[in-house]
Amino acid sequence: MENSLEISNFSLVLSTLLLFIAIFVDYKEQLGLGKDILIAGVRVVIQLFIIGYVLGFVFQVDNNLLTLVMVLFIVFNASYNAHKTSEGIPNSFKVSAISISVGTAIALVILIFSRAIDWTPSQIVPITGMIAANAMTTIGVVVYRSLTTQFNDRRQQVQEKLALGANPKQASQSILRDSIQTGMSPSIERTKTVGLVSLPGMMSGLMFAGVDPTQAIRYQIVVMFMLISVTAISSFIASYMVYRSFYNEQMQLMI
Amino acid sequence: MSKEIFRLEDIGFKVNNQQILENISLTVHKGDIVTVTGPSGGGKSTLLKLMGSLISPTSGKIYYKEKEVSTYEPTEYRKQVSYFFQNAVLFDQTVRQNLSFPADIREENFDEVRAKEGLETVQLPSTYLDKPVKDLSGGEKQRVALIRNLMYPPEVLLMDEVTSSLDKENREIILSFIRRLNEEEQVTILWITHNQEEINASNEIITLVDGKMEGVTHGK
Repeated sequence: MENSLEISNFSLVLSTLLLFIAIFVDYKEQLGLGKDILIAGVRVVIQLFIIGYVLGFVFQVDNNLLTLVMVLFIVFNASYNAHKTSEGIPNSFKVSAISISVGTAIALVILIFSRAIDWTPSQIVPITGMIAANAMTTIGVVVYRSLTTQFNDRRQQVQEKLALGANPKQASQSILRDSIQTGMSPSIERTKTVGLVSLPGMMSGLMFAGVDPTQAIRYQIVVMFMLISVTAISSFIASYMVYRSFYNEQMQLMI
Repeated sequence: MSKEIFRLEDIGFKVNNQQILENISLTVHKGDIVTVTGPSGGGKSTLLKLMGSLISPTSGKIYYKEKEVSTYEPTEYRKQVSYFFQNAVLFDQTVRQNLSFPADIREENFDEVRAKEGLETVQLPSTYLDKPVKDLSGGEKQRVALIRNLMYPPEVLLMDEVTSSLDKENREIILSFIRRLNEEEQVTILWITHNQEEINASNEIITLVDGKMEGVTHGK
């Protein structure tokens, strides 16, 4: 069978049938999600068309500065989104930006240095997107939430440690450990089941494009390693930057 | 009269527009045993937490050894003025991890001999040192927690109804240990209690009602 890599406008329009199925379920069950599904559908079309043309341009121009701007743009967006989910964590934009940037930079440097990827926009930009998206979910959903919950749940334990003369870092040690662990474990778990349960995006995409599966999996292996490392770096940095904000200058717990 | 250790000047504590404590003035001398009593919700725990620097007053000043509490390095202050919780929580897995915590935060070696002696003084076998925390009864946990607070003897011990949830036997063990600490090592004690025996042991009784001091009785 022919491996066609083009979707015609007609096919695209027909595929909205899938959305109408969701809208039908919404209507039948009175879920009140109809408007959201429509907005999501329209947004994905607009956003991806724009980004498709932008990326087409960036890939074609193949300019170092422009590639860097794209990387920074992705990191900025990821930081902003992590900050939005942070629920009252002070300086969360700064914390998110630093932890996502450092994680992304370290991963990119190692990948380029090991020649797993080349400094070419068609590789750098998608890889940055994968890294930043994972770092964003890790710190936004996992680390910030886990720190807030744990400081609430273990309030007395923290206060007892303070009462024994511990400084905030010593009093928060077990919470920090747990929150970094919580941040890291999804990527570790995901890595364990890769290939058995899911065929993740990177290799699926390559296979779609006709790359031999034995080559496609090599990229996927690198991506899995990269994600474990990025979630470790970003959870570590975010947790250590944030825990102090749960205390005041008198080293009292403020919850 | 012995030396003044605490002086509270017109202390107030307000949280979310609610006045928890108001106009509290008080002097405590070294080696005193002070009982804080009164109906629940009267601000007793808040008073002790203020003195333990776990929270700060919203008005007035607290002096410890003639220096304002807020001018001390908080960790150093809390090593001298030790707050002990009503239902103390043991952390980590074993009794050893709890008793070595005070040494860990000082970056010193854990004094195992002292820990074992401590356990024995509160009538727990020294073999308890490696016992998992989850296997301890409520009274045993409270006694281990007390030893944890006393691995490095503080100058002041603030105790929030420490014995209220314990049976008579556990209460007596803790009470006699505290009295000995007070007599032999001149540790100043402030405790919240409704227990008559503990009230009788104190030389000053402060009654707090609705955040205000209703009276000071000199005992002993």
